[in-house]
Amino acid sequence: MSVKINVNGKPMDVEPGLTVEGLLTLLAVKREYTAVAVNREITPKATYAAVTLNEGDKVEIVRPMGGG
Amino acid sequence: MYDTNLVLGGKEFTSRLIVGTGKYSTMDVMRDAHEASGTEIITVAVRRVSLPSGESILDYIDTKRYTLLPNTAGCYSADEAIRTCYLAREAGLGEMVKLEVIGDQRTLFPDVIGLLEATRTLAREGFTVMPYTNDDPIMAKKLQDAGAACVMPLGAPIGSGLGIRNPYNIKIILESVTVPVIVDAGVGTASDAAIAMELGCDGVLMNTAIAGSRDAVSMAKAMKLAVEAGRLAYKSGRIGKKLYATASSPLEGLPDWTS
Repeated sequence: MSVKINVNGKPMDVEPGLTVEGLLTLLAVKREYTAVAVNREITPKATYAAVTLNEGDKVEIVRPMGGG
Repeated sequence: MYDTNLVLGGKEFTSRLIVGTGKYSTMDVMRDAHEASGTEIITVAVRRVSLPSGESILDYIDTKRYTLLPNTAGCYSADEAIRTCYLAREAGLGEMVKLEVIGDQRTLFPDVIGLLEATRTLAREGFTVMPYTNDDPIMAKKLQDAGAACVMPLGAPIGSGLGIRNPYNIKIILESVTVPVIVDAGVGTASDAAIAMELGCDGVLMNTAIAGSRDAVSMAKAMKLAVEAGRLAYKSGRIGKKLYATASSPLEGLPDWTS
């Protein structure tokens, strides 16, 4: 059984029990200047390893881009 | 001439030019333009990481040297803008934010009702709020009262390059608030930036005028000089305007050429 989540607008199947920390590692996301929100709530960096992703979770991973 | 620094959220800046990171032809050009502009504050957007995550814009910005100013561009409600600011803070981009609550896609004019609401909330939460607003003195005062660290009236629509369309309103805004006034958006060329500063504005924020010019690095230098020239002219106290001529040379002592 895999867990269906949504990451930055794209569907993704992940292993049950995957944490935010695990997801960032899996996607090879640079940690510096990155922020994560799960279901519209910000996940503090310190809790990445403690937050498990559940079926239907919507994950947003953001960082700075060019803008004015 | 002695000049004070620009103070935002307790931080002091000697440069009065704030520049962006959007639309540059290459990251190297962007870095060189930042250098040439003499800026100390650089705006960035906060967006979804592209996966797999590759090169970062921050590889080209020395964050020890420049203060980053995350914006809330693309937010159409106070709620979205507030959440974006929290994300930016969590990402480690600091507590100074360029607050935009956009009202319409075509004009990108601000939704001032949402802007005021978001300003109040974010100021209460400890952010240094720099709201992008209309050239409306009443709204500027309301934003100040809501806790804004400065007000940033537009000179003209974002990216339009139309310059300072209503200098008289900007002048009234300067008389209406005590927080710094920074013209944000509309600058097309150096004289526009100089005009903003000659009016007495505390700074100018621009992106497209530099990034979209044919030579972004030299335009960045032109903007640096224009902001400095405009500021100096303002501080020096310009002469009054008169309809008729006033001779610069003495009228006495002219030789007599009559025969």
